[in-house]
Amino acid sequence: MEMLSPEEIVESFKTALASDFTDSKIYQKEVAIRKNLFTSIWIYVKREAFRKAVEHVCELQKYPHLSVISSSDRGDIVELIYHFTIYYGHNLKELSLGLCMDLPKEDLKIPTITDVVPGALFTERETQEMMGVEIVGIPDNRRLFLPDDFPQGVYPWRKDGRGPHDMLRVLPGRRGVRGGQNE
Amino acid sequence: MSETKTKTSYTIPIGPIHPAVHEAIRLDLGVDGEEIVDVDVVVGQVHRGIEWIGMNRNNPVQSIYLAERVCGICSTSHPFAFVQAVEHAADIEVPERAEYIRVIIAELERIHSHLLWAGVAAHEVGFDSVFYLVWRVREKVMDLMEYLTGNRNSKAMFQIGGVRRDITEEQFPRIKETLEYYRAVFSQLKTVFLDDITVRMRTRNVGILKTEDALKLLACGPTTRASGVPKDVRQDQAYGAYADLEIKAITPDVLTGTVVGDVYDRIVVRLLEVKQSVEIIERCLAEMPPGAILTEPKIAKLLAMLKRAEGEGVGRHEAPRGECFHYVRLEAGEETLTTWKIRAPTYANLMSIPTILKGGQIADVPIAFASIDPCISCTNRAIVVDIKTNEKSFLSGEELHKLSIEKTRRLKAGLDS
Repeated sequence: MEMLSPEEIVESFKTALASDFTDSKIYQKEVAIRKNLFTSIWIYVKREAFRKAVEHVCELQKYPHLSVISSSDRGDIVELIYHFTIYYGHNLKELSLGLCMDLPKEDLKIPTITDVVPGALFTERETQEMMGVEIVGIPDNRRLFLPDDFPQGVYPWRKDGRGPHDMLRVLPGRRGVRGGQNE
Repeated sequence: MSETKTKTSYTIPIGPIHPAVHEAIRLDLGVDGEEIVDVDVVVGQVHRGIEWIGMNRNNPVQSIYLAERVCGICSTSHPFAFVQAVEHAADIEVPERAEYIRVIIAELERIHSHLLWAGVAAHEVGFDSVFYLVWRVREKVMDLMEYLTGNRNSKAMFQIGGVRRDITEEQFPRIKETLEYYRAVFSQLKTVFLDDITVRMRTRNVGILKTEDALKLLACGPTTRASGVPKDVRQDQAYGAYADLEIKAITPDVLTGTVVGDVYDRIVVRLLEVKQSVEIIERCLAEMPPGAILTEPKIAKLLAMLKRAEGEGVGRHEAPRGECFHYVRLEAGEETLTTWKIRAPTYANLMSIPTILKGGQIADVPIAFASIDPCISCTNRAIVVDIKTNEKSFLSGEELHKLSIEKTRRLKAGLDS
């Protein structure tokens, strides 16, 4: 398998995605005595090109490892990051690759990737119930961690009015939580 | 659960509380006679919203201790990955000595966790004498951890930018004595687990996960290595003192020459890793540089720095069960973490459970499920539901455990005759 350097990986994304590639950054840090480098790469893409970007990751490594999908509520948008690792199995060659994209709050939809990465199902189910991002085409639409009697339309990781803040008991003498009515 | 099963006559939910799985999780097994044809994993019984607390209530330093309590057994792995994520997000240096101390503590945890698992595995196939023996052997490393950190578990060693306690020269003899003990006891463990014919019969070709399935289902840790994937964060990525130590991922063919991907191979990998951990700690003791153990000892100053920091970072650590992953985002002016995402190794390994259990027998469920060393939280009874009549009957944990023991006895009897 041909292994690209972090810079070459960024270039390959630029070529593959053209105008849908928006930004990138490479973070490196020296570790311990021998000063080997820890490397993480962050690739920012437009949501339209998301599937193409995932397929490109699969070209870099036949079976990329997806650790998890993280999601951040950032006001008008929700940022999703698909945390992949590629080039595992070789001494200090593995790279963390975060595939990042912004979804506007009024249209929180992203296609499933379980057809190319079957193991992504758990984290897709979790993103769906915790952040309220609809995963289009998900093969198993049930909740993962939340109980069945948890109210619909409340998403624990949201920081806007859709969060669980009004479900919390605010102890006497304590301030309410951000976004809640008792604030 | 899907309603498309035609051959299936029974659904057996095991859990959420059941001694065979040791923590709160539910397995819905669709069975045809003794054979398992459909598996559904239901999680969430012990979801405590830890990420939410980190994003809404705690400051990052408080969250280290919260991360430590994600799991009672991996109480080093989560803070290890978490502090790395924060250090990457805020670009904080870690002293070299601290990197070595972190690795020593993490490897002690691996020894105790793998031995704990080995005991549980012996119990699951009905070898309770081995279970007691292995747990007695494990006590030695628990005592050492108490000696070094003040606590058997939840050791509170980690701090953003270093560790909280030093390991001094005076403590070396006790560490070396414990390592010698494990070196001596290793061949005995190997004989008990790998050469015993009954253990081999209960574990060989049981709960197979093929290489390709392990890769597709994102398995990690000993589960994926037993399937022949040489994936180990300690080997693959530069972090901690591991980056200096040239770690090599252990796959079962090192010992047996083949990769089957079954329960037996998972035992092989874990036992060899105990030996590997002993060697890693020895090298750390020999090569540990002198110097500071913390970049910023004043917590108020550290918190002020984190409040100003802006950025995001990932932290990875090879926990005993596999890759432990933390993602952290910091925003300037925020007291708490803006985003915190944790991925524990079992989260990834559970995806492989249907593949591991399908085609097996009910009596193999305890050992096959335990073979990924699931870390969720326990089971008391199983309900057998007849789908046609919707009649429920209870299969208690004891009965399920008895089924497993009976299978061991049956195989043994067949051997003797």
